[in-house]
Amino acid sequence: MANLSSVLEVVTATHPGMVRSHNEDSLAADAEIGLAVLADGMGGYNAGEVASGIAVELIRTEMKKALARRKPEELDGADAERLIEKHAANANTAIFRASQSQPHYSGMGTTLVVALWHDDRLSVGHIGDSRLYRLRDGALEQITRDHSLLQEQIDSGMITREQARHSQNKNLVTRAVGIDPEVETEVHTYSVQPGDLYLLCSDGLSDMVSDEDVQLTLTSLTANLPLAAEQLVQLANDNGGRDNISVILVRIAKRYPARTGVLDKVKAWFK
Amino acid sequence: MAKLILSLEGSVIREVPLDKERISIGRRPQNDIQIENLAVSGEHACIVTILNDSFLEDLGSTNGTLVNGNPIKKHILQNNDVIEIGKYKLKYVVELATAATAAVAQDDFERTMVMKSSPGRPAPPPPAAAPLTSPPTGTPRPAAGPLTSPPMPRAAAPAAAAAKPGAADTQPLAALQLLTGPNAGKEIELVKNLTTLGKPGLQVAVITRRPQGYFITHVEGASFPVVNGRALDAQAHQLNDHDVIELAGVKMEFFLKR
Repeated sequence: MANLSSVLEVVTATHPGMVRSHNEDSLAADAEIGLAVLADGMGGYNAGEVASGIAVELIRTEMKKALARRKPEELDGADAERLIEKHAANANTAIFRASQSQPHYSGMGTTLVVALWHDDRLSVGHIGDSRLYRLRDGALEQITRDHSLLQEQIDSGMITREQARHSQNKNLVTRAVGIDPEVETEVHTYSVQPGDLYLLCSDGLSDMVSDEDVQLTLTSLTANLPLAAEQLVQLANDNGGRDNISVILVRIAKRYPARTGVLDKVKAWFK
Repeated sequence: MAKLILSLEGSVIREVPLDKERISIGRRPQNDIQIENLAVSGEHACIVTILNDSFLEDLGSTNGTLVNGNPIKKHILQNNDVIEIGKYKLKYVVELATAATAAVAQDDFERTMVMKSSPGRPAPPPPAAAPLTSPPTGTPRPAAGPLTSPPMPRAAAPAAAAAKPGAADTQPLAALQLLTGPNAGKEIELVKNLTTLGKPGLQVAVITRRPQGYFITHVEGASFPVVNGRALDAQAHQLNDHDVIELAGVKMEFFLKR
């Protein structure tokens, strides 16, 4: 299998914030297989941590197993998307069953964002309001679109983005992992360029720090990714830190096409 | 639950709880809140309430709707907003039962919750950026270009709603004055939350503006910044008025402007 650890520079940071007593976010990143997973759990007592923990751990271990069996050229965009969908669905089943069988886990759920880099591409799946951003040529772009009431209100023209800043409904997601027997993961594939910097984050960052400040931080501190991640968490906390804050930063050092041999390239032309 | 307090020239007429999804205001009798005054249009305005949010919309009235003195077409009501329709005032009040339950409510309001999608919801819009593969069946396929082409342009990303964007803005303005080097005498105002200094690839440091003050942190390079003659380590270092910083061969003084 492909090893992307020389291609992807990965940094993670997570913090409970200034208000919450514990951290219900979970995250994992594995540069070797080109995977980043972030989840923001919800539910009473520690059920939120349990839900996000199940989702991240299950997806990380199962995707690692699945990818170890494949040759890189066997993984195209559609395969990667299917892989993300399958393991998000499995996580949904596991969390749903746990919440049905354990009364104190009743109603627990989690948001999810999964990114898988492969063959100069990125496949991303998400459920809820945890996000993926891309910094390319100094410009920050939000790649995922929240599954939230607020986003629906913006899309339907009911409120403007400016009004959304003052909305009381920031915390309502319309889709989550583990709440229903089945969940639909929104999955898309994008082309990747060397120098791209990707940010996965929970709403503890995106609700507290403006896109402008995220962009300023990432462009200013691009030479020191651990400091950039730390600075994002600090900005969220300086602004109130009302929720758990989690970030994963992934920088693309160089191209990583699946077909590298001359013969493979020739074959690819005739395909 | 939120309510409106209807008053005319300072005397309260009645209170109206916002217990329906849509409450209409106007001169005609079928309105939920009828105001019999010729300055009020037949169908003047309405308030749509969804969970914790109430949206006020002017329905193209002749004399307009004001909120806190400003004319509006659409407005998200905030606690204690005063709506003016003709000579009548409607104060929007969010009721909090007791301090204790209010604190709980506040905590709940911060927590992420799931809303079940109802069948009547609009179909999800296409993703923010143009994906390479087609979206699930049912939605039209965006014009995805070949792999090598840059992604399609799209509308600006939704602005992240910063709850307290101005937390660090309470800091007094500070600046750096360059003491040596080709630009000696030049002043750099620290107007952003983050200002980088130095030469990329050689030595870079960042000054962050925080509620607690200004801090300098090493970003890259083999040598660390020197403050008042002492080299820093990897930790952030708080700056005091008139500290002298040495970075990439240039000396500069940090000072507070007011």
